[in-house]
Parts: sequence; C-alpha cells; structure tokens
Amino acid sequence: MSVYSLWGSLEIGLIFGLVALGVLISFRVLNFPDLTVDGSFPLGGAAAAILIHHGYDPFVATGIGTLAAGFAGVITGWLNVRLKIMDLLASILMMIALYSINLRVMDAPNVPLITESTVFTVLQPAGLHDYVARPLILLVLVVVVKLVLDWFFATQVGLAMRSTGSNPRMARSQGIRTGNMVLLGMGISNALCGLAGALFAQSQGGADISMGIGTIVIGLAAVIIGESILPSRRLAITTLAVVIGAVLYRFFVALALNADFVGLKAQDLNLVTAVLVTVALVIPLIKQRLRRKRVE
Amino acid sequence: MLSAQNLELTFNPGTPIETQALRGMSLDIPAGQFVTVIGSNGAGKSTFLNAISGEQTVDAGSILIDGEDVTRQPVWDRAHKVARVFQDPMAGTCENLTIEENMSLALGRGQFRSLRLAVREEMRVLFRERLAMLGLGLERRLTDRIGLLSGGQRQAVSLLMASLRPSRILLLDEHTAALDPRTAKFVLDLTERIVAEHGLTTMMVTHSMRQALDVGDRTVMLHQGRVVLDVSGDVRRGLDVPDLLTMFERVRGEELADDSLLLS
Repeated sequence: MSVYSLWGSLEIGLIFGLVALGVLISFRVLNFPDLTVDGSFPLGGAAAAILIHHGYDPFVATGIGTLAAGFAGVITGWLNVRLKIMDLLASILMMIALYSINLRVMDAPNVPLITESTVFTVLQPAGLHDYVARPLILLVLVVVVKLVLDWFFATQVGLAMRSTGSNPRMARSQGIRTGNMVLLGMGISNALCGLAGALFAQSQGGADISMGIGTIVIGLAAVIIGESILPSRRLAITTLAVVIGAVLYRFFVALALNADFVGLKAQDLNLVTAVLVTVALVIPLIKQRLRRKRVE
Repeated sequence: MLSAQNLELTFNPGTPIETQALRGMSLDIPAGQFVTVIGSNGAGKSTFLNAISGEQTVDAGSILIDGEDVTRQPVWDRAHKVARVFQDPMAGTCENLTIEENMSLALGRGQFRSLRLAVREEMRVLFRERLAMLGLGLERRLTDRIGLLSGGQRQAVSLLMASLRPSRILLLDEHTAALDPRTAKFVLDLTERIVAEHGLTTMMVTHSMRQALDVGDRTVMLHQGRVVLDVSGDVRRGLDVPDLLTMFERVRGEELADDSLLLS
C-alpha cells in the first residue's frame, strides 16, 4: 500500500465521517432508519458540481448542495410525521425520487470537475501536495462539525431531539413537538450527507449518478465499527468514534483491495463492505461468548 | 382546576372490536384537591387520564383546565398545565439520558426550548437539593444514566420531575403498581409529601381500594366509561374497603340485571 493511497483513504474516510455523523443522528439519536442518504449524498455532489461547472464559487456551490440535501431529509421526515408513512418506506420513496432529481440537476449522468476550482484548490496551502492538503482540510472541517454537533446535543433543543428518539411519549408529555424534532434532525442528518457528497465530488473530480449507491451501508458500517471499537454512552465520544470508524473502514477497504495475494479487484468493493459490516456486527457477539467462556 | 364534561370516546368504531371507552364521563376537580380513581379493567381509567393529558382526543365532550378549553389541544400544547407519572417506570424517563438531562427536560416542560445549554450549574444545585429529599443518594449520581436506576428509584425521580415546574393538574396512572410493596409504599409516601408541599391538584388512578380510601381527599369509582361513585368528606371517612367492595359489586350487579332483562 503506497503512501499516496494511505492519504487517499484518509481523505475519503473523513468525507464518509460526515456521512457517519449524519447516519448517527438519524439511526441512533432519532431512531429513524433513513435510506434517504443514498439519494442526498449524490444530490449534494450533483448540485455542487453543476454549480461549480457553471462558474459559481465552490463554497457557495457546496453550501447549496448541503442545503438541498437537508431539504430532502426534511421531506422524508414530513412523509413520516405528517403523512404517517412508515419511516423506512418514507426514506426509500425519497431515495428513488432523488435518483430522478439528481439526473435532472446534472442534466447528464455525470458532471466532471477537472479544471474548475474547488474548495480544495482554493484552500490548499502553498508547499503542500494536494493529496496531503485535502485530507488535512477535511480533518479540520470534520473536527469542527463534530464539536458543533456535541454542543448542539447539549443544548435544550438538542436534548429535546434526543428524548424524541429515546422516548417520544415522554418527550411529548414534556411539551416537546416531537414531529418538528424529527424534521429538524432529518434535515441536519441529510445536510451532513449532502455536504459529504459535495466534497466527494470535488475531491474525486466530479459527480456521478451512481456515486450514492451504498452510501448508507458505508455510513452504517462506520457507525457500527466506531461503536464497537469505542463503546460509550456519551454522545461526544460516539461522535468521535463514528468518524474513526469511517476512516478505519476506508483503510480496511484499501488494504483488502491492495493486497494482491487476496486477489480482490475494485469491483469487489461492495462485497468487501458487506463482509466488513457483518464482521463489525458479529464482534460484540464473539466478545460476549469469549467473556462467558472465561467466566466458566 | 379541571372540568371534564360528557366525554365520549370509542375505539375502533364500526369494527367487531369496537370499544366504548368513555360514555358520558363527567368530573369536576377544584384546585388543590387530591382525587383517587378506582375501577375494574376496562372501566376507562387510563383512557380518561389520556384524554386529559391529550394523548387521546375525545369524540365528544369538553375538557377545561383552569377555565381554558383544551379539548382539541395536542399533548405538547397542554404540557405546561399537565404533569404526569406513568405506570411503567420506563415510560416517564429517557433511559439513555442521564439523571440531570432527564430532570432538565422536565424543568423545561411546556417552556420554549432554546440553544442554551440544557444542564447548567444553577440547575444542578436545584436538582441535587430535590434529589436529596428522596434520601436515596441520587444527588451524587447526577451524571449516571437513568437506565441504571431501579424501577422504584426511577419512579421517585419521575415524581420529582413532575413537580419541578408548576402544573394545574398532576396525573398519576397507577404509578406504584409495577413496584414491590416496600418501594410502592415509599413512592406513595413521597407522592403525598410532594402533593402537600406544592398544593397540587392531583388525580391518582390506583388498583388498591385501601390506597383509594387512605390517600387524598376524594374517591371516584369509574365503571363502563362513566363515574358511578363519588365520595368525599365524612362519608368517605366512614367507608372501609368492604363497603367499597359492596358498592363495586352493586354496580356490577346492576349491569348483570340489565343483561338478564335483555336476555329474557
């Protein structure tokens, strides 16, 4: 594994760290199984790419991509809260709707960004290679997002959102409008995924209609890996854990695909993902069995 | 104070499992009164409480709390008037939040929630002071997850939470039923203490006839979705559990008589 691909996995790992934080909010905080992510991640990428392609400032483009994805999440929440459609189904509906919307946004199956300036080219410090600068820029961003989320979940609104996911009946009896909390949480969650998509498009040289496939699985993988290596009841630790989980996941994938003796190729990526998630899910069970044996 | 007039509520109307939970339920509770509510399963006790808290919307009738018509208000809009402790100790608190976070949620009941920190030092002082009242040592465990507490401890904290913010009525839904006898007594004593201390208007549903007569100022018996017995003052003081049982039997006996009329 070359130094170049190590930095590369760190870069993509950190981008998916944002997805993991989003998935943490929907799946863990709100208890809302949300597959919108597979559509909101490419929506963020598509919107940002097409705007940059048309000459918009990359930061404005990234912001708009983020907002668009957040809006998609709010609609998923609305389908569930107001129209009473089952959470998983609401998110699947939104996911397939977004496939068409993303094609419309790009007006083509893909939008390349080769010569255009991106947030990375603008922010790149002089004297650093771009493959080193991008992960460092992302690291700063992800740390800031993590800290902002930690602060938010310690506020009155953040606590109200956590109680909505944990015990909605109790939350309502304390005067919390649980429906609004779901809308807000789904908005924030998908906005983070859209931000990740916008950055992914700018780091990988363009947006593609298929870039979202399996995003939710990667996000979940990151959450599950993070929670199993750094188990904690404290949300501030878990937000750190899922980012580490996302980075580790990318390293595992890079290792698996780069180890020639295994014979895996790039097209095996999704299979490797599925196996990794399965392993991460089974680890707690194995740990428990081992502990029981030791006790005996 | 609370005024419920002619409440009607039917579950699953027009289906084979149609149930008339409330059939003309009326009850007025003046400010500061402590009412105990008894009745057999299906008498409409929980439904009545849910109607007052807003978890169930009634089909007909009106509910006034402190003179304001809340009949059509959702739960969150009445939350500043209604405090509640559930039967299930798990239901009244958020298991994966800490004690102080749960108490902060309750301190904000019915209030606007902002982006200020939810748990601040001045709140901790208040929480510790209130928790110390329980004598369970919980004032030293503010940052413990509430899921670590026993059912009785959680129910005691739920009661404290219900009294952190003023309310027009406190609803207790068999809140000691899931506890062992000793813990149940502790929680019941605590209930009386808190109600007296804050002068709370209270409605307590209970399965125990003994409790229904010993606690509070007035006892109401529900049957088939309406009030069938309402005693207070000297009459109530003169009553014993067997008397209550006799009345209970009489009410049900009348129901049987009705049925026999129908069948003959």
